Amino acid sequence: MSALSRPWIWSWLAAAAAFALTLVLTSGRGGGELAYAALSFGAFAAIVGLGQMLVITLGPGNVDLSIPATMTLAATLALKAMSSDPGTAWLGLITALAVGVGTGLANYALIFLLRLPPIIATLAASLVYQSVAIWSNRGLRIKPPEGLADFATGRFLGLPNVAWVGLVLAIVVWVVLERSVWGRWLLATGQNLRVARLAGVPVELVRATTYVSVAVFASLAGYLLASFSGGAALNMGAEYLLMSIAVVVIGGSSIAGGNSNVPGVWGAALFMFLVVSMLNSYGAGAGVRNVLTGAMIIAIVIAASTRRTRA
Amino acid sequence: MTFLSRHRIILPVVSLAVLLAATFYMQPRAMSYFGLNLLFNLAVPIALATIAQMMIIMVNDIDLSLGAFVSLAACVTATFLNDTPMIGLLILLALILSYAVLGALIHALELPAIVVTLGMSFVWSGLALFILSSPGGASPGWLRTLMTVKPPFAPMAVVAAVIIAGVTHLLIIRSGLGTVLRGVGGNARSVERAGWPVIRLKALAYGLAGLFGVLAGMALVGLTTSADANIALRYTLLSIAGVILGGGEFTGGKVSPVGAVIGALTLTLAASFLSFMRLSPDWQIGAQGAILILVLTARLIFSRKGAEA
Repeated sequence: MSALSRPWIWSWLAAAAAFALTLVLTSGRGGGELAYAALSFGAFAAIVGLGQMLVITLGPGNVDLSIPATMTLAATLALKAMSSDPGTAWLGLITALAVGVGTGLANYALIFLLRLPPIIATLAASLVYQSVAIWSNRGLRIKPPEGLADFATGRFLGLPNVAWVGLVLAIVVWVVLERSVWGRWLLATGQNLRVARLAGVPVELVRATTYVSVAVFASLAGYLLASFSGGAALNMGAEYLLMSIAVVVIGGSSIAGGNSNVPGVWGAALFMFLVVSMLNSYGAGAGVRNVLTGAMIIAIVIAASTRRTRA
Repeated sequence: MTFLSRHRIILPVVSLAVLLAATFYMQPRAMSYFGLNLLFNLAVPIALATIAQMMIIMVNDIDLSLGAFVSLAACVTATFLNDTPMIGLLILLALILSYAVLGALIHALELPAIVVTLGMSFVWSGLALFILSSPGGASPGWLRTLMTVKPPFAPMAVVAAVIIAGVTHLLIIRSGLGTVLRGVGGNARSVERAGWPVIRLKALAYGLAGLFGVLAGMALVGLTTSADANIALRYTLLSIAGVILGGGEFTGGKVSPVGAVIGALTLTLAASFLSFMRLSPDWQIGAQGAILILVLTARLIFSRKGAEA
């Protein structure tokens, strides 16, 4: 298997191309800063993307549309629990993760008990989460505790701390998918639910844990993002809905499920940030930037599909 | 086969009737020509967008770009169609055509529609920003007149909803072509074996979606008299919810145009109902979600009973 036939290579090549094209303009200056910013902002997209990837791996029709609402709710409640007091970072983290477990279980309950298509279940549930977030966020502007804000914006061994979190999570997800029984169950369920069930895979357990995982990932991303940007905002998760799906697909995971791709998610997350900063530095307005981003997403999908048919 | 499972349309109708009765109970003054007009004022563009989404769901795809597309159509209507009608018309036709091409492309290259439309949502909203970088524009006079006309007996929104439901019912359920189109969702391979060019059918379904998306954008501008690039972004999710509320399913070409229009009316009414309840604005979005869950729960209970009987 040559490097070019690995599906994740394309997102990394695209990210590298965007990086290089930006540096051409600045004639090589500011490369370190650009890479640092891409790693910082890409980390949030990568974390939610890893969660969305697990859900999409479950098979056709599985997608979590409640990621933005979960991010906002987790960040809001965590900041409220911490109320800017020093030394409460762990309390906030536990609150955020508890919100994630709660919304994940609620999503799955709707899907399982009401037999709703996941798209509708997570969409309807996200409206409720959004309301809870609005209600608890009323007129509040709580800053994260100083230590936590320093951690979220700080660096370790030259890399942003949030990128380290994203990298560790990516490695954990990769090991779990490739080496653990649960990971094999997940892939089997995504490839053919019926066959997996007949083969004795506890598919409902797999689905439940997957929907909880994606919500926990989203809540962690929300917690970090709020600490990174100095507070929670009601629309803080909005751009991560399309982003989470886009990084999964650009990263080479199959949208039909049963096949996931961890390194690709990171490559795509970097690409999504770098392409915007490349277009910015070439002086493109918001309109042109959007059109080109969309065109590139489609081009990558077409490239990936023609490669697949030839293989 | 029980009565309810054969007549899927009953549950959407009952949901709408219950919600309408509750609204009238809360606010008896809504039970008038003027009241109904206020309640369903914004239903026309939502109903058109829901029909557009239904065309895509009918062929087993899903359109995540519809909100951005309707916004773009609204921006074109408020600028080009108002200033230079001929150019505006040509642009709108080009938009419909590009939807048809998209459908053919998705079929020919076997691309996942959810991703292609996701990418297109960036393209549409980029173009909309390009045309109208800040809110503005104006509605063409004739469109404004059409959307605010006061027909006898029933308000404009109700009359329009009935016309939309009737026309699309004839087109999708009664006509031969509509049956084949639903067949593409049911089993594309057997439609192909039967000698139909599936690629052209898919292009047609997407083209129809583009047509109704453009109409939704025009209707929206007729009501609001101006446009901005984000005016209809929430229509993507609203339209999907409307199709499902109306008894449609994501797979198998099982859709109902009348149900979709009723679903759109129910969603519009839910928003008005909640403001009549004097619910704190904090909870209005959440209550809409709760109503959605409630209606779908009712559907589950009835279809379970149907399965047992």
